[in-house]
This record gives sequence, C-alpha cells and structure tokens, in this order.
Amino acid sequence: MNYLKVLFNGIVKENPTFVLLLGMCPTLGTTSSALNGMSMGLATMAVLIFSNLIISLIKNLIPDMVRIPAFIVVIASLVTVLQMLIKAYAPEVDKSLGLFIPLIVVNCIILGRAEAFAAKNNPVASVLDGVGMGLGFTIALTLLGAVREILGTGHVFGVELFSENYGALVFVLAPGAFIALGYLIAVINKIRG
Amino acid sequence: MKKLQSTWYNMVIVLTLICAIASGVLAYVNNKTQGPINAINQKNLEDGIRKVLGDDKVAIPEPEKLEDGTLIYRTEKGVAVQSVDPLNASFGGGLTVLTGFDTDGNIKGYTILKTAETPGLGAKADTWFQEGERGCIIGMNPSKNKMAVTKDGGEVDAITASTITSRAFLRAVNAAFHAAFGGDVDVCTNASAQQKSDEGATEQVNN
Repeated sequence: MNYLKVLFNGIVKENPTFVLLLGMCPTLGTTSSALNGMSMGLATMAVLIFSNLIISLIKNLIPDMVRIPAFIVVIASLVTVLQMLIKAYAPEVDKSLGLFIPLIVVNCIILGRAEAFAAKNNPVASVLDGVGMGLGFTIALTLLGAVREILGTGHVFGVELFSENYGALVFVLAPGAFIALGYLIAVINKIRG
Repeated sequence: MKKLQSTWYNMVIVLTLICAIASGVLAYVNNKTQGPINAINQKNLEDGIRKVLGDDKVAIPEPEKLEDGTLIYRTEKGVAVQSVDPLNASFGGGLTVLTGFDTDGNIKGYTILKTAETPGLGAKADTWFQEGERGCIIGMNPSKNKMAVTKDGGEVDAITASTITSRAFLRAVNAAFHAAFGGDVDVCTNASAQQKSDEGATEQVNN
C-alpha cells in the first residue's frame, strides 16, 4: 500500500467536501468566517485521526452486524473526551469553538471513513487517511469560510479588505453558504479536470 | 486474527464491553477535568464581575440567590447581576448575562457568561452592546430608558440579522435590573418573544 497516496487522497482526489460531498451540515453551518471554518476542520481532524486509529485496531473484535453502533459509541466517546479536555485546559479554544464540538459526532465524514477505510485497513494507513481527509476537510472549510467572510463582511482572519458596509450580508447567512459552496465545487471540479 | 462472527452471543458481549469501556474512560476524564473546569468558571465569573463594574480590585461578596437562579453581587462599586433570559427564548437557548450597575441602576458594563448563539451572528452580542458600538447600552438605565430593540419601539439597535438574540439579551439585562432594584419587568420586551417563529428564518443557520 502506498501510504503517501492514502495521505493525499483525501486532500485533492477524494476531498470529503468538494468531491465526496460528505459532512454538508457542519460545512454550511460553521463557515460564517474563515476562522470558524478552520477551527471546525481542525477539531474534526483530531477526532477523525483517533477514531480511525481505534476502529482499525478493534475492527476484528466487532461483529459485522453491530459495527455501526460500536463505531458510534467510539466516536461519541472521543468527542466527549475532547470537549471535556478543551473546556478544562484550553478555555480560549472553548470560547470560539465550544459550540461546534458536539456537532462532530454527527459528522458523516467520521462514520464514513470508519466504515469505508478504517474497518478494512491497518492502523498506520487509517491514521494517514484520517490526517488526509481531515486536512482536506479543513482546507475546504477554511476556503468556504474565507469566501463567505470576504463577500459578506470585507474581512478575513481579522484583516479588513474593504468596509463592512459594502459587504453582502447574505453570504454570512445560510443562503450565501449554499451559493458560495456551489460555485466553489464548480471551480474545484473544473480545476481537477 | 479472524473476525468475530455475528452471533447473538458475540454481539451482546462486544457491545456491552465497548459501552462499559467507553463509560469508564468518560467517567475518568470527567473526574479529572471537573476541578479545572469549575476553577475556570469561577475565575471567569470573578473576572466578569470586576470587568462589568470597571474596577479590577473590588472584593467579591457572597451572592444573593433568587429562586430563578439569578445571582446578585452587591459590592462597594455597584451591583453585578448574573441573570438569564427569563423566557429562555434566545436563539441557542441558555443565554446567561452578567450586568454591572452603579448604585442608581445605570449600566456600567456587561459580559456574556454563557451563550449558544450562532457564531458570526448572535454570538456578536459579546461586543455589539459595548461602549462605542452600534447597540451601546452602557450608561442606560432600565428604569428610565426603554431597553428594547428599535423594532419593538425601544432605544437599542438590534444586532444585524440577530433580532432574536438581541431581544433575549435585553430581557436578561432587564431581568437583572429588576432583580437588583425592584420594579416590574417591562411587559413590552417580554411580548416580543412570541415573534420568534416569524423571525426564525432570518437568523437560522443550518447545523
């Protein structure tokens, strides 16, 4: 198995957001700014790496018919542990990101990769898949957040590009998320050929 | 190792084991993090009280506790009140505000202690109503000023696209004032919560 290929697979070729169209809820809901998008992406990546690792380690102990509930218990526990650790030791992160953390449980990328990759591959490849998919998701969310924030408010990562008065508020709201995502997917797929 | 077969016996054992281990891990982490989390909450509250009263040395007394959970801290520099939106009709629910008043009931400052409002929209309440911002409430007095959004005939500019959050915030501030200084809660600001369903679409961000 080519580990490098596994790693880059998630970033471009099978980007979870732009190509697989997985995890649309957090993608649309949390990208009102570039920073929010990036934070959500990184938090998801952390959970994805550990859930892939654990599931690939215990995959042979789990009978097929109960694999989904078993995966969900593992993922939900990981997310809860992450949330408690962030609350206790990184209160600043909790302030900006706390609301998104529980949402990670229902992110279908995580269950999707557990089912499609970690349950069939060895731990090393599964971790790399988690890193690649996580990075792909993070890049996609940051990009979408940046587009929406720039068009909506004229800011990106706290830098003012033009006055907020000229921003189109619709891009910060839900409809703008759909519009921006649609155009981004079109552009990315054109580039991918 | 060969994969376990999906027999009834195997499935029950495996699921029970996984749940037991997960519960154990969660209990352990919860036990380890509870202390630091409580310390952080307490520190946030103390920092908040000092911030809203504009005095970073003020001694913090034991709070008066009201039935609805409102906490009143009467200090020598004014009164700080931790209150919630009495209707619990903010967008994300559970909006908890700490408001500082001088002895006449003028607002000296506020801070949001707990919020589940939408990031980028309702979560702006943290800064929107501060001194120098568009919805500034500093210096207002709920017994003299009409502390409601302009849409409801009040004097405060609501957060753009987040009227529900703004209403909930102002209800919490009004509740804080009345808890500390008495008087009736303004009926007008309470009535506005019924419009939540009409406005929902504006603030809705899909999660």
